[in-house]
Amino acid sequence: MLSVADLKKGTKLILDGDPYIVTSFDFVKPGKGQALYKCKMKNMINGSTLDRTYRSGENFEPAGMDERDMEFLYKEGDHYTFMDQQTFEQVVMEEDAVGDAKNFLLENTKVAVMLFGTKPIGVTLPNFINLRVTQTDPWVKGDTSGSDSKPATVETGYVLRVPPFIEEGELIVIDTRNGEYSTRIKG
Amino acid sequence: MLQSIRRFFGERGFLEVETPARIPANAPEEYIDPLPTLHWQLQTSPEICMKRLLCRGYDKIFQICRCWRADERGSKHLIEFTMLEWYRSNADYRQLIDDCIALLRLVSEDCAQAQPFVRFGNKIDPNGIWHIISVQEAFSSLAQVDVFSCIKNGLFDEILTSKIEPALEKFKTPVILKDYPLQLASLARISQDDPEFAERFELYVGGLELANGFSELTDPQEQRLRFEEVNRNRLKLGKPKLLLPEPFLGELSAMPPSAGIALGVDRLVMLTIGADDIDQVVAFTPESL
Repeated sequence: MLSVADLKKGTKLILDGDPYIVTSFDFVKPGKGQALYKCKMKNMINGSTLDRTYRSGENFEPAGMDERDMEFLYKEGDHYTFMDQQTFEQVVMEEDAVGDAKNFLLENTKVAVMLFGTKPIGVTLPNFINLRVTQTDPWVKGDTSGSDSKPATVETGYVLRVPPFIEEGELIVIDTRNGEYSTRIKG
Repeated sequence: MLQSIRRFFGERGFLEVETPARIPANAPEEYIDPLPTLHWQLQTSPEICMKRLLCRGYDKIFQICRCWRADERGSKHLIEFTMLEWYRSNADYRQLIDDCIALLRLVSEDCAQAQPFVRFGNKIDPNGIWHIISVQEAFSSLAQVDVFSCIKNGLFDEILTSKIEPALEKFKTPVILKDYPLQLASLARISQDDPEFAERFELYVGGLELANGFSELTDPQEQRLRFEEVNRNRLKLGKPKLLLPEPFLGELSAMPPSAGIALGVDRLVMLTIGADDIDQVVAFTPESL
């Protein structure tokens, strides 16, 4: 059990059955009044936020989180299937929980899956991931429109802006933290 | 800052005193827990000994000292902090309010080149006209609630911190919140005008609680009853009873009508330099030791 005095930014706890992470925390107390603990918390499954005020003496159940190395196997409808690299167990995650990571997931991509109990609630990708460009307009040499980037679609269907010299079929490196083009891989 | 405070009281004929920091018993409070030592405890405020000095005939005294309050740690709280307390005999809380106004004006002149205080980027000018409002009025005008029903439902502190204090951040000059309902009287005297209230006030600057003052209760029987009530409430909260300061209760009947106030010096420094977190005004936080 966690007492309210144990809470700090980053603490993970269970509220109404869902895991929450404390995103901001302050101790407030009128001089002669009672201590109050003001928390902002984020639901780790759906991202919704909560403001709560607690008094001393309240207790919380810590949210046991476990991160496992997994491999993305395949997608079926809104369901993404991953396989634990050690136990070969398969887990199925809904698209909402996969979040933006879905833009960068190819079969056999190695990721870390966050588990709350046995429920997968999030995917952490490598910071950089290589994807092939499937569609982009050719670069017209001497183009003087002044544009220094153009749209490109990669093999997952994700669209991003790339420099004008990138051609269809090229492999590019994408920074998964902001979804932006990083560099290209020649050859 | 300390020199400025000492100058202020020196010019007004106050005697600077020192009293023991380690004592057998503080004044019991429902929500203030003293830090125990091997024997006795550390002071949560120097009030007990300073009031005993009033009983002995010292009429204007002040002290700057360290106080300790267990488990109070946050952006406005340090477990060990610096307190300024001053007491006046033959005075009531009205004189203390005047002292606060003059003290903050002097401190801002000495320490902040007469610039206004700053809290969360808001400027608060001690040289302007201060807002003096009753607690009841503040609750009804700033939170649209009745203060007595808040107390009855145990919501006073919650409304104060979630509605009143944020509203006070917007005031351009310091605010005196005065006349606390009797349930929150602590060691304050019952108001001469309305027995439902006590002559207690809090000084807020930019929504930051800076000082708490009151006309002292001088009736030992009434004071003992209030301490016992505090201990009953502590038991209900699952906290240990606190020892009563018996020598203080024994001498209290000799106290002339007096008024006393405690002001958080660290917080005054915060306002002076515009620091939003108390960690910015100490060289060593407890976590860094």
